[in-house]
Amino acid sequence: MTADEVLLRLHGSNRRVLPRLATLVENGDADGLEALDALFPLTGRAHVVGVTGPPGAGKSSLVAALLGRIRAENRRVAVVAVDPSSPLTGGAVLGDRIRMMNRHADDGVFVRSMASRGRQGGLAWATAGLVHLLDAVGYPLILIETVGTGQDGTDIASLADTVVVVEAPGLGDGVQAIKSGLLEVGDIVVINKADQPGADDAQRLIRASFDLAHPSHGRTVPILPTVATTESGISELLVAIDDHDSWLTESGQRSVRRERGARAEVLSGLRAVLDRRLESGTGRSPELAALIERVARRDLSPRRAVNALALALDAPAIGGTVGD
Amino acid sequence: MGTTKPPELLSPTEPEIFEGLNPPIRVLIAKPGLDGHDRGAKVLVRALRDAGFEVVYTGLFQTPDMIASAALQEDVQVIGLSILSGAHMELFPRIMDALHERGLDDVLVVAGGTIPKSDIPRIRALGVAEVFGPGTRLATIVDYIRDNAPRPSALW
Repeated sequence: MTADEVLLRLHGSNRRVLPRLATLVENGDADGLEALDALFPLTGRAHVVGVTGPPGAGKSSLVAALLGRIRAENRRVAVVAVDPSSPLTGGAVLGDRIRMMNRHADDGVFVRSMASRGRQGGLAWATAGLVHLLDAVGYPLILIETVGTGQDGTDIASLADTVVVVEAPGLGDGVQAIKSGLLEVGDIVVINKADQPGADDAQRLIRASFDLAHPSHGRTVPILPTVATTESGISELLVAIDDHDSWLTESGQRSVRRERGARAEVLSGLRAVLDRRLESGTGRSPELAALIERVARRDLSPRRAVNALALALDAPAIGGTVGD
Repeated sequence: MGTTKPPELLSPTEPEIFEGLNPPIRVLIAKPGLDGHDRGAKVLVRALRDAGFEVVYTGLFQTPDMIASAALQEDVQVIGLSILSGAHMELFPRIMDALHERGLDDVLVVAGGTIPKSDIPRIRALGVAEVFGPGTRLATIVDYIRDNAPRPSALW
């Protein structure tokens, strides 16, 4: 299938084609992935904005408020909202859409919820694919709302051009603010619920932690107070998002980030392939099963089992020696 | 031990990495109309989650157009309508029309709540596949959805 053929269907009268293609991409269906491959050369035009932060900081409400602002300027926008899947059952409650329901009747907004389906780090494996799809069909602005993440969920930095980190008052002291993690990848920091007690302290602590370091590529990270529920500070946030878009072009950082993103996407895809093959290998390779069984019996250390397998894969051993 | 060769580890004959899994069934649970009671809907959302489904919950006070737009964009295979207000004979026809307008005729629509038995034939005639009254076991609903949800396939 060529890109033109796919686009013809996507822009045709059947409004189900785009959402169904999203489903097929998400499910890893061959038809969906082939269509996405065909469309990929058309991607790279959208401004992709990640909205991330701890659970309850107000990401969904902030995205909903942003949608209102963006539509008031008559711009088209798509949202991909990721919520966690249960590691036990695979089920998920996708609840981000509740806050965005009043934007539904509007054809300029496309909102799609997705479950993380076993991936850690704040995104699903298929999030990038969905973003490419929305980019290719011509949404100029794409917002990704990550799973509620703490200090570890920094995958969004590889996928988004602009990362908005949403914090709320009362989530930690000055040491939290200088730890590695989420704040490091923020291009814009939002202190949401800024009408709550402690908001000024939170802003000051985060400002102070950024002041401990040199500005990244000569740019100071804006720290913006918002109250998503009353839409206070939302216009300023949208201006900051647009400013960052311009800065990426002027500073040459966009191409640096795109290259980093391409690398991350290819490597994480490859990792997923290897993971799956290793998982299925445990069911099919008697040697591998035997090694695992010996580790479970405490007859062999995990490192030695790994190294025995790594040797077979021609990979370097952990700790330098094969052992046993 | 060092020479153990696991021949299947990187076999190129593996099927495509993301293919072949049974993807979770996507369900939309909606509360149409002016009905502020969503405990039942939330219990159901939780039960469907625990059954391994992906459940988009719309929250309260949804219009037929909001429900149909959400179902379209989320490409759910199933819609569950929870209603306790007694306005089902007003709302259900409008919801089914809004779905039809968007070409969502293959979506499995089920309903639950305080719906008199005498209304059920007319609701079924609208295209609602099943009506689950008060006291229905959650497992009954889960099994029904699992057995009857359509599989998403390419629309071309």
